[in-house]
Amino acid sequence: MKVSMDMELQDIPGQLVRALTPVSDLGGNILSVVHQRDKKTPAGRIPVRLVVEMDERRLDKLLALLVERGVNVVRTGEERLKESMVVLLIGHIVHSDLRETIDSIDRTGFAEVVALSLSMPGVNEESSASVTISAIGKTELHEALNILEQTAKRKGIMLISPI
Amino acid sequence: MEKKNRTVRITIIGFGYVGAGVTEVIHRKRAEIARRYGLTLNLVGIADLKGIFIDERGLDEAELLKLRTGEKEWERPGDMTSIDLIKEVEHEVMVETTPTNIDHGQPGLRHITTALESGRHVVTSNKGPLALAYTPLMELAKKHDRELKFGATVGGAMPLISLMRKNLAGNEVLSIQGILNGTCNYILTRMAEEGLPYEHVLKEAQEIGIAEADPAKDVEGTDTAVKLVILANSVFGLNATYKDVEVAGITAITSDALKLADDAGYVIKLIGEVTKAGCLKVRPRLVPKNDPLNVSGTLNVATIRTDLAGDITLIGKGAGPIEAASTILSDILSIYT
Repeated sequence: MKVSMDMELQDIPGQLVRALTPVSDLGGNILSVVHQRDKKTPAGRIPVRLVVEMDERRLDKLLALLVERGVNVVRTGEERLKESMVVLLIGHIVHSDLRETIDSIDRTGFAEVVALSLSMPGVNEESSASVTISAIGKTELHEALNILEQTAKRKGIMLISPI
Repeated sequence: MEKKNRTVRITIIGFGYVGAGVTEVIHRKRAEIARRYGLTLNLVGIADLKGIFIDERGLDEAELLKLRTGEKEWERPGDMTSIDLIKEVEHEVMVETTPTNIDHGQPGLRHITTALESGRHVVTSNKGPLALAYTPLMELAKKHDRELKFGATVGGAMPLISLMRKNLAGNEVLSIQGILNGTCNYILTRMAEEGLPYEHVLKEAQEIGIAEADPAKDVEGTDTAVKLVILANSVFGLNATYKDVEVAGITAITSDALKLADDAGYVIKLIGEVTKAGCLKVRPRLVPKNDPLNVSGTLNVATIRTDLAGDITLIGKGAGPIEAASTILSDILSIYT
């Protein structure tokens, strides 16, 4: 599952690595780290938001390890795909490996194709599809769109995105 | 501000539908303009590939308009050319309305440089010279202390350029995004409303004169791209050329795609966008149905994003002889008022 975690780090060198090491040690996959140096807490600590894909049974262990290392964890929660966008694809969508096109988004970990509507007028004609992408945040959604744009370009598919 | 109660002598080079539109508008508005602005507009010469008419006391516009219907024949005094007319006939404003060529800008480019060098102000609807040589032309105008006005090159009747240059003075324009080609908008609107295929709607548009026999310039996005180049150079002071624009047209849009867009709450429009940072793109985009950019038929629209005023959206007729002439007339008057 995807977990988002708000942490507060001491403002001394090496703290971010110190906080991230236990995540990888427990087999977690770090999806995003937002390090807000300019938004210090009243106590002079630096807020960091971490999004991790990990086995939920190991979450308690992770929290214990972080506390041991002097990291304040102020909130944890399951991360949901909060931002969505519809894009259209026109071209040989199916015959250019639709599965791989979708996988290019899904494998990011921070975004997924959550809906697909396909219209195929004839065997050799171009198809049209609307694809709904969801992501854990605006930045990630934008990144997912970039990935899809590159995939579409490589496959000669026209991509139409919202203004 | 120049002195009032004066006569402004005008020539029109290029007597196609825009040139004729300007002629008609001058005829219709002469009395009103004299009363409101103290300016008497006097058409002293017109030139076209087919011939030339000159009268330093003023041509009869109603008579000239018969040239368009075939009720009057073209003439050519001696072997006079349009260049001779610009140089030799005394006038203040040369209106350049010959067809756009985006590869070399001719004959418009030669007409404009000759006019500025001969001390004429220039008002044009011709996109080619502006897109190819914006900076040198502006420098030439400055050197000769003349005005070069080109509002009619972008957005037809919408006063897009003058709005940004005059009325939004003090604001920083961050980006401009919109529909700048009425032909594409007509085709996409009809396809979406009737569920008809592209080829069918294109043919229909050609039959009613909205699309040209060779529609490539419009449907492949070239026309929009050239307009973006003019905006980039005139509003953002960039030194952009056509090659800097990333262009995709509407020829690949399917009626299925329009249906899918509709189901998701969008329409597909050919959107041109130019940013302060120099990003120029023409491509089909999804526009939410309730967005101000969702205008139908042949209408044009542009949203100007500014730092102080926020977003300002203009909607208007993008093409048509009288609409283009409206902007040309405003440009002429702005030289003197």
